[in-house]
Amino acid sequence: MNDETIRIFPLGDSALTVEFGNTISQSINKKAIALANRIEEKSFPGFIESVPAYASTTIFYDLVRVRKHFPDLPTAFDAVKDIAENVLKTLDDSDETVSRTVEIPVHFDAGSALDLAYVAEARGLTPAQVIEIFTSRTYRVFMLGFLPGFTYMGEVDERMATPRKESPRTMLPKGSVGVAGKQTGIYSLESPGGWQILGRTDVEMFTPAADQPTLLQPGDEVRFIAAS
Amino acid sequence: MSILVQKPGILTTVQDLGRFGYRRFGINPNGAMDHIAMRLINILLGNDENEAVLEMHFPAPQLVFECDAVFSLGGADFEAELDGEQVGNWRQIAAKKGDVLKFAGKIVGNRSYLAVKRGFKINPWLGSASTNAVANIGGFDGRKLESGDRIEINEQLISTKADPRQISASLIPAYSKFPTVRIIAGGEFADLTGESQDALVKQNFTISNASNRMGFRLRGEPLNLAIPLEMISAATNYGTIQLLPDGQLIVLMADGQTAGGYPRIAHVVSRDLPLLAQLGANDKVAFHLITGREAEDLAVEFERELSFFRIGCRLQANLK
Repeated sequence: MNDETIRIFPLGDSALTVEFGNTISQSINKKAIALANRIEEKSFPGFIESVPAYASTTIFYDLVRVRKHFPDLPTAFDAVKDIAENVLKTLDDSDETVSRTVEIPVHFDAGSALDLAYVAEARGLTPAQVIEIFTSRTYRVFMLGFLPGFTYMGEVDERMATPRKESPRTMLPKGSVGVAGKQTGIYSLESPGGWQILGRTDVEMFTPAADQPTLLQPGDEVRFIAAS
Repeated sequence: MSILVQKPGILTTVQDLGRFGYRRFGINPNGAMDHIAMRLINILLGNDENEAVLEMHFPAPQLVFECDAVFSLGGADFEAELDGEQVGNWRQIAAKKGDVLKFAGKIVGNRSYLAVKRGFKINPWLGSASTNAVANIGGFDGRKLESGDRIEINEQLISTKADPRQISASLIPAYSKFPTVRIIAGGEFADLTGESQDALVKQNFTISNASNRMGFRLRGEPLNLAIPLEMISAATNYGTIQLLPDGQLIVLMADGQTAGGYPRIAHVVSRDLPLLAQLGANDKVAFHLITGREAEDLAVEFERELSFFRIGCRLQANLK
């Protein structure tokens, strides 16, 4: 992989970001996740963690340890940049993390679907049509952030895409399933939030006591189904 | 073998150097805001640097030692008094069973750290004792301390004599209410107008009262991008300075979200994070732009000096 649009820049003195672009796309996100996973597997002295996002991967490191182990390079940034560039060269399209498909049952009752009526009206649909469109797709988990276990997924069908609320709600119930533009996500914890809430799931997205504390991981695929 | 919380203070939490490896799941590191203060007092006590400490804000807690103990304070100076006697920061202090630790006033800084010799008994979550206030987990029951809480100390000491060893002044951050904090350019620094690039380092910013462990909002003359940017969410770091749509700045702190979608115009260098972390509402800050290489050199230099201090503390402990 050798793409001139790739930009590598410091995220402070103890991290760098490899940016593949500034758009939300499956193919770019696959690269970001593959790079993050390969760096994590490969590791290097001073490596702390790698974090994939929509279209970028950030590598956190202990700059003092990196400097000590790569004395020939002027900076820790240069050393980690070299490592990232070398891994990038070896990435190809087959180097894709196997993704899991996870079914998430969602309650679409009026008490859970706080903004279903609003979204339907805003897009000239009936609530049933919104649910039909929403549950007929598979969504990719592009990244996690905002809250422990909060997933940024996409893409929502253009016909029902609705911008986030102008003024966020001060508190949303845990498990709320929302949309913001063409993104969808699940509030893993009770939290303030501005996404349009279509329903609520009973599935625990965040289990602190587990070794793997979040149900979903970057690269997973999600299908929403109507809870019985 | 515990410390009893008689009065909780406004925000007292258990922290260590942070929880790493889980940002990709939206779990941020948390940890002490002033990592240098906490490392220094842990080393001084012969503890692991990552040993859990109490991070206290002002009004600070009132604590009772329910056993003999040796402890140390660092970071902000809250005029600590043990059993009515003033005790300073950055030294070992011996407490007798029944002694009361109070904090009389805020002299400098906003976050004071208390470490005990051998450490507190805290169940780690994902490898860290730090408190995650969003998920209410980690630290002490996942929350700030309340009256009546008892924090257990790991181990009874054989000798509870305080060692007179001092921390060299050059290791202690030069806390002030108006520090100059060094920064390096962020990914979108070049997208600021030339005027705004200058304004970032020429003006003084005021810490707004909407500032906390998640982020410090700064008040100043608004900065502008040369052309609007369409940003999508990407990882952020402790010390990332983001440009908000209204031209104001927010610096992400120890509890900041793992990702953000605002332009990252600059980052506070590791060496100076403690100077920023100790500021409170209405304090001021000025920024000085340095290169990434210079920022790294500051950190390397500090770690070298710290390693001498660490070796000295170990030698002294072994001589006994």
